[in-house]
Amino acid sequence: MESVTLQVLRYLPEEKSEPFYQDYDVPFQKKWVILDALNYIKDHVDGTLTYRWSCRMGVCGSCGMMVNDQPVLTCETFLETYLPGPIRIAPLSYFAVIRDLVVNTDDFLGKVKRAKPWLITDELKPVTEGEYRQTPDELKEYKQYSMCINCMLCYSACPIVGLDPEFVGPAAVALAQRYNYDSRDDGHGQRNKILMDDDGIYSCTLVGECSVVCPKAVDPAGAIQRYKVTGAVEWWKSVVMPWKSDK
Amino acid sequence: MDSRESTTSRTDDAGVEIPYQRFRPKRYQPRMSIFWWIHKKVYLRFIIRELTSVFVAIYAVILIVKLNALLRGPESWEVMTAALATPFSIVLHVIILLFVVYHSITWFLLAPTATVVRLGRKRIPDSAIIAVNFLMWLVLSVAVGWIILAV
Amino acid sequence: MTRYGPDEHDVLIVGGGGAGLRAAIAVAEANPKLKIAVISKVYPMRSHTVSAEGGSAAVIKSNDSLDEHAYDTISGSDWLCDQNAVEEFVNEAPKELLQLEHWGCPWSREPDGSISVRSFGGMKIKRTWYAADKTGFHMLHTLFQTTMKYDRIHRYDEYFVTSLMVDDGRCQGVVAIELTTGKINAIAARSVILCTGGCGRVFPYTTNANIKSGDGMALAYRAGVPMKDMEFVQYHPTGLPFTGILITEAARAEGGYLLNKDGYRYLQDYDLGKPEPKPVLRSMELGPRDRLSQAFEKEHEKGQTIEGPFGPFVHLDIKHLGEDVINEKIPFVRELCLKYENIDPVKEYIPVRPVVHYMMGGIHTDIHGATPLEGLYAAGEAACVSINGANRLGSNSLTECLVFGARAGKAAAENASQGKSFSRNLEAIAMDEGRRIEKAYLSNRSGKTKNSESIVTIREEMHQAMKDGAGIFRTEKSLKESQNAIQELQDRLLRTSIGDTSYTFNTELTSAMELSYMLDVAEAVIQSALKRDESRGSHQRSDHPGRDDDKFLVHSLAYKTEKDLPRIDYLPVTITRWPPGERIYGR
Ligand SMILES: Cc1cc2nc3c(=O)[nH]c(=O)nc-3n(C[C@H](O)[C@H](O)[C@H](O)COP(=O)(O)OP(=O)(O)OC[C@H]3O[C@@H](n4cnc5c(N)ncnc54)[C@H](O)[C@@H]3O)c2cc1C
Ligand code: SF4
Ligand code: FES
Repeated sequence: MESVTLQVLRYLPEEKSEPFYQDYDVPFQKKWVILDALNYIKDHVDGTLTYRWSCRMGVCGSCGMMVNDQPVLTCETFLETYLPGPIRIAPLSYFAVIRDLVVNTDDFLGKVKRAKPWLITDELKPVTEGEYRQTPDELKEYKQYSMCINCMLCYSACPIVGLDPEFVGPAAVALAQRYNYDSRDDGHGQRNKILMDDDGIYSCTLVGECSVVCPKAVDPAGAIQRYKVTGAVEWWKSVVMPWKSDK
Repeated sequence: MDSRESTTSRTDDAGVEIPYQRFRPKRYQPRMSIFWWIHKKVYLRFIIRELTSVFVAIYAVILIVKLNALLRGPESWEVMTAALATPFSIVLHVIILLFVVYHSITWFLLAPTATVVRLGRKRIPDSAIIAVNFLMWLVLSVAVGWIILAV
Repeated sequence: MTRYGPDEHDVLIVGGGGAGLRAAIAVAEANPKLKIAVISKVYPMRSHTVSAEGGSAAVIKSNDSLDEHAYDTISGSDWLCDQNAVEEFVNEAPKELLQLEHWGCPWSREPDGSISVRSFGGMKIKRTWYAADKTGFHMLHTLFQTTMKYDRIHRYDEYFVTSLMVDDGRCQGVVAIELTTGKINAIAARSVILCTGGCGRVFPYTTNANIKSGDGMALAYRAGVPMKDMEFVQYHPTGLPFTGILITEAARAEGGYLLNKDGYRYLQDYDLGKPEPKPVLRSMELGPRDRLSQAFEKEHEKGQTIEGPFGPFVHLDIKHLGEDVINEKIPFVRELCLKYENIDPVKEYIPVRPVVHYMMGGIHTDIHGATPLEGLYAAGEAACVSINGANRLGSNSLTECLVFGARAGKAAAENASQGKSFSRNLEAIAMDEGRRIEKAYLSNRSGKTKNSESIVTIREEMHQAMKDGAGIFRTEKSLKESQNAIQELQDRLLRTSIGDTSYTFNTELTSAMELSYMLDVAEAVIQSALKRDESRGSHQRSDHPGRDDDKFLVHSLAYKTEKDLPRIDYLPVTITRWPPGERIYGR
């Protein structure tokens, strides 16, 4: 059988203080994605290799890794694409590594939370009064930004995230925009303050790679640019008409 | 109780690393090299785009100097134009022109990410937004050129 | 190594899927003073609810009624559900889905801005709310993002629960491994709600995610709580052959056809109605899942399926819907086919076959989500209330997660509000658990290697046994053989010792523990199936065809025994207004 070499960047905090590459040969199968190859290693070669996965259908966002320097979801990236190999597999860039291919997710979730990704309404409508009306066109306004699976690939594509670890980052802004453009939401004022802060959207210098690597076509770069425009308008408004600016 | 205390990397006061302590794994925080932008083509292109803005800035400064010379009267204007006619200055201007053109092109190509325009129910495709930008650029350039040449 | 610290909560929810997060919010809203925590072995937004595609059922349109929804559910269940539970369920379903709408869920809409509904298998009227074909994804993210605004909901992300702490006749918390550090923690709580989802991974081919290993079911089972109706395992008729990835029922609801190797809509031969060009509710491709999966098996016996490298399959044809409908209504179907089968369903047939999808059975609870063990509650797929009986209708389970998640949350909050104090023993219990884990799995740490069995081999043999013995059609013989195999594997698992002795993110350890959970679940599934000498819904016994209401209009309850096979008890089914009748589809 044909085989492919996977060069996996491993990190074992209990043994070594630095990561190191380890080579594994796996049989090549046309139907296999990178994740299948990793599972093969875990089951048949080396049970200590550590990584996250769950849904194996590109929707839970667990399995992001760097494959040949490019952040991808390994459950939807075929081995075949990288023939003849060797294929380099490393944990997502810029994140702190816990072990092998497992990176710290907490900082990312903290940033998401900073963007207040929940519906904020001025007046609470009781559930008994039925649904908020929202036309298909209104839905379309934000739908794209609601498709984010929190896979963090965009963070690993963004050098600004690497240079400024506090930068709120692409997905968090996309999620803020997901609610800002929702016809049911009145919270943009609250989100504005946070996103216009230091480490907010103006840290972004428009490298644009986040949108290229996003597996769900969320276009976080677009979300940020649109926010910059809105942000600038808001700022001018607050200068010209300070009495009208959002609290 | 302890999920929060166990996660940061540890070195002692002298900066020497402490070996693994049970339940306190050290996290590996990769550091970015100063040459991070060399390894990937997209990053390199991005850095070049960022650098071109330096030339845009230089040209802006030259413009201010020119204005200043104009205000100070015909004498300084003479000195100014003489300086502008030197080969060095011409080469500089050619370089600036190239970079400014590069900057404008990349900028217009990025324009659609910031602008979502709708006509009725359909979102205007990115290519159309780019095209409109280039068209406006062309029209303005021709108009400016015409004014200059006509005067 | 095990520590018992000040980690005390009023309500602890195990599981951050749809049911768990809904329960957490319900507790937060029920009593603002309670200390709440959600513990989950994966970050909540990775939970399996994220994969649900088709939709969530609730009566909202004026042409529909609660009774119709109840009747569809009850007949779909082959009359094995508790009708009082179903009545509560259909009644609260619309409120729950509307609540989710008010939290921001991007439901698909009609042109006038009202909620849009689609048809689903076994439902006589269109009542399935959907968010394109990523309904579970949107529901889960909406819930997760909404929980973020409650600072009172503490999260233990990536903590793996290994046992329940039971003392003084009540459940008082859990013991869990913090994955990133390996520390074993005792987390005390006055009420514990198990929302750990299903157990599809007990079988080889499943739509379920890797994390669905029946952990919560086994935890409760080990604590003496019975598992109800475990013999009822739902096969979904349309999974992709190699990966088992689900092609949602919505593909058929929008008008897809199932074709055998001759391009013939074979369902018409199985009393499911006449083929019409447009989808007809409760007929043909929109029949219930058990009947469709059984029809596939029969068709296979007749030699009319297509042989592939991963077993037999048939074709799902959605070409005639056209690119626009596919992109608008079921874009994820197209995405999955393109990505995993390299097929464009706009132009080609999709190969599909039945795969294990959902567990009707689960932890025995009453209609408030309470188990027989004081302080322990359960909701979602892990629980069995039961509204699903012998066969769940598609799109009822997401709604179930919300309705019974919220109910369990309220009941658990009420229980916790009594403020009972914790036993002194908890620390000792936790220490014992730490020693058990060390001894059972990590003897390599002390260099005392046993003649090691590989967990991979055991898992593969378990899959084989479940596939052979407890598939779509079962016999006494096949079940007995499988039970023997599972019992042997249980013994062999005691002799494993895993190679990875690390404390940090030891996934080999968690896999081994998941395997032990799965074997427990497997023995209960088989034993319950063995004792039910009839065919009902998804449980088809070739040696006992036909339903036997005299003897088996009852729920099975499987109790764990010390060394022996599980003990099976029975509990009568609650009937309110719909006496058992014939299940009629397409007529
Ligand atoms: C592919 C697919 C499509 C589906 N589509 C539909 C549909 O269209 N409509 C519908 O109604 N239903 C559908 N279902 C069914 C439905 O999605 C599930 O029944 C439902 O999501 C289960 O939710 P849950 O909250 O009970 O569990 P899950 O979402 O599975 O969550 C389980 C949680 O428990 C945690 N957990 C488990 N074990 C442990 C442990 N040992 N320690 C700590 N935490 C633990 C996990 O981390 C996770 O957070 C579908 C199912 C599948 C597989
Ligand atoms: S925006 Fe895209 S790349 Fe970034 S986390 Fe969301 S889905 Fe992943
Ligand atoms: S495993 Fe879920 S996205 Fe890859």
